[in-house]
Amino acid sequence: MTERTATIASRVGLHARPAAIFAEAAADLPVEVTIARLGEPAEDALDAASILALMGLGAAQGDVVVLRAEGDGADAALESLVRILETDHDA
Amino acid sequence: MHTYSGVGVTPGRVVGPVRVMPPAIAAPPAGEQREGTTTAEAAAGNLRSAAAVVKEELRGRAAKATGDGKAVLEATALMAADPMLLKSAVKLIDAGASAQRAIWEAGDGVAAMLLDLGGYMAERSHDVLDVRARIVAQLRGVPAPGIPDADAPFILVADDLAPADTATLDPAKVLALVTAGGGPQSHTAIIARNLGLPAVVAAAGVGELADGDEIFVDGGRGVVTTDPGDAEREAASRWAEQVSRLAGFDGVGRLADGHRIPLLANVGGAKDAVAAAAANAEGVGLLRTEFCFLGHDTEPGHDEQVAAYKGVFDAFPGKKVVVRTLDAGADKPLPFLTDATEPNPALGVRGFRTDGTSPGVLARQLAAIADAAGQSRADVWVMAPMIATADEAASFAALCTAAGLQTPGVMVEVPSAALTARHILDHAEFASLGTNDLTQYTMAADRQLGPLAALNDPWQPGVLALVQATVEGSRAQARHTGGPGRAPKPVGVCGESAADPALAVVLAGLGVTTLSMSARAIPAVSAVLRSVTAETAGSLARLAVSAPSAAEARSRVRARLPVLDELGL
Repeated sequence: MTERTATIASRVGLHARPAAIFAEAAADLPVEVTIARLGEPAEDALDAASILALMGLGAAQGDVVVLRAEGDGADAALESLVRILETDHDA
Repeated sequence: MHTYSGVGVTPGRVVGPVRVMPPAIAAPPAGEQREGTTTAEAAAGNLRSAAAVVKEELRGRAAKATGDGKAVLEATALMAADPMLLKSAVKLIDAGASAQRAIWEAGDGVAAMLLDLGGYMAERSHDVLDVRARIVAQLRGVPAPGIPDADAPFILVADDLAPADTATLDPAKVLALVTAGGGPQSHTAIIARNLGLPAVVAAAGVGELADGDEIFVDGGRGVVTTDPGDAEREAASRWAEQVSRLAGFDGVGRLADGHRIPLLANVGGAKDAVAAAAANAEGVGLLRTEFCFLGHDTEPGHDEQVAAYKGVFDAFPGKKVVVRTLDAGADKPLPFLTDATEPNPALGVRGFRTDGTSPGVLARQLAAIADAAGQSRADVWVMAPMIATADEAASFAALCTAAGLQTPGVMVEVPSAALTARHILDHAEFASLGTNDLTQYTMAADRQLGPLAALNDPWQPGVLALVQATVEGSRAQARHTGGPGRAPKPVGVCGESAADPALAVVLAGLGVTTLSMSARAIPAVSAVLRSVTAETAGSLARLAVSAPSAAEARSRVRARLPVLDELGL
C-alpha cells in the first residue's frame, strides 16, 4: 500500500471543474486509487475516480487528503494525482 | 386544418416541421423488481452500457459547447458513468430491483447527499437527476429528455422550456417555439425574445402535434395552425420580406409628432451591450448584474466586478446605462446570499432585501460600479430591485451616496412601490417599472405557471393602473417639492412589456418617459411608436386602463393601430 498526502489548492475546493479533472485522471490510471480526509480511517476512503464521491467529500482549499493505491505503478499514479490536487485550476 | 390559440410572445410568421420535445421521464414504479428471466449480472450489464452511451452523448455535446456550459456538460458526462452511482445501483439490482428502478433510487440517494451539503453542491443535485433520467430513457429505448437534435430547421413544440434548455437551443436550427404551458413572462418567452424567435406560449392542445407535422406559427397573434394552406404560406413569405423593413433602428425613439421616448436595451453583460450599441439602442435601461454572480459559490472580487461592469459601460460612452444591483432570490438563487429552503421564495428575501440578511455585498457592488463608472464615459445610474417602501429607497440612496454614485433609483415591481411612488421619489432620482414582476405580484400569479398565463398578462388593467399610479406619484412629488414647472423625476419601463409594440404605445400614453427592452425588439417598437402622436397614445392609454379585462384592453388598442397589421406584428 502506497500513501501520499496532498493539500487542496483550488480556490473552490475539490468540486466542479477541479473534481472533474481529478476524477477523470484517476479513472485513467492502471491502479485503483482511494481518497480520504487526513485522519479518517482507510476503510472509509472513497473511490477517487468518482466525481460524485469527491463532491460528497467536500474538501475545501487548504484541506489535506490522503491518497492510497496498491500494486505496480502506484507510486507514479499517486504522484500524478498529487500534482493535480496541488494545482489551482481556477487560477 | 386545426387551429390552436395561445399567447403570442414574439411576432413572426413561419411554416415548418414540428419536432416535439420529449416529455419528462416518469419514475419507474417503487419496488419494481427484475423480471424473473433477467439475471442480476445481465441487468447490471444493461445498466453499465446505458450509462456508457449517455456519458458519450453528453461528451459529444460538451465538445460542441463553449464556456461555462462546456464545463457543466463535461462534469455531467462523468456523473453518468460514475463508479459510486453505478455501484450503489448494482447493489440494489443484486437485491432484486430492476435496472431502471435501481439507477432511479441510486440517483435519489446521491442527489439527497448533495442537497444536504448545500450551496454549490445542492445546485449540482439537478445534474445528477438529469443524468439519471437520461439513463432510464436509454434503458427504455425512448428519446432522451431535452431539446431534440435534428439536421434540418424545425419548430420546437414543448410543454415548457427551462432556463437550462437555453444553453442547448441552437437558434440556427429552431424556427419558432410553441409551448402548451408557460406564460408571457415564462422562461420560454424570455428565451424567445432574446433569440428573436417567433413564439406562442400557453397554447392548450399542442401536445397532440407529432414529429414531422407541418404547422404555421403566428407569433404576433398567438395562433398555431396545422396543415397550412396557400394563405399561411403567403403570410410566412410576406413576413420574411418584412423582417428587413423592421431590421433597423436609427437611434431616435419618438412619436409621430416628434415627442421623444428614448428606446434603450436590456442587457446581461458586455456581449449584449456591444450588440445593443451596434443596434443603435439609446443606452441601457436595465443592466442585469447577475451575470457577474451566477455560477459563483462565493462573492466575486472587486476587480472582477469592475472589469465586468466597465465592459458594459464602454459600449455606451456618453450614454445612459442603468445598473440594477444584484437581484438574487426566487428564480435566481445564489448560494452565498439566498436561503434555498424558503417556503415561498418569490415573497422571500430577494433583491434589495438580501442587504438585510447579508450586509456588505451590496455596498461592495456599489463601490465596484462607482469605480467602473469613474473609469468610463457612460452616464451611470443605479437602481435597487424589489423596493417596497420609501424607507428602503432612502437606505439604498444613502448607500449610493456613500459609494459616490449620484443617481440612485428604484425598481417598481412591488405594488406598494407603485402606490407610494410619490414618497419613494423623495429619496430616489428615478423609477423603473419592472413589469414582469409587477404583473406577477399584482395578479398574485407565478410567472412560470402556464395555467395562470391569462392572469400573468401585463395588459391586465390592474397592472396598467399601477403604471399610471407610478407616473402620477412622480408628478405629485414634483408639484410638492418644486412647485409648478418642476419636471417630474423620470419613470421608465424595463420589463418585457415594453417590447410589445402595442403596449409600448399605451405605456408612452400613460406618461412613461423611456422604454427598455431586448435590443431585437427595438425596431418594431420604434416603427409603431412613430405611427401615433402623443395625443393618440394618451387616448389609447385611457382606453386600455378603463377596459374591463386584459383581452378587451389589448383588442381595443390593437384595433386602433392599423400599422400592426401592415407590419405583421
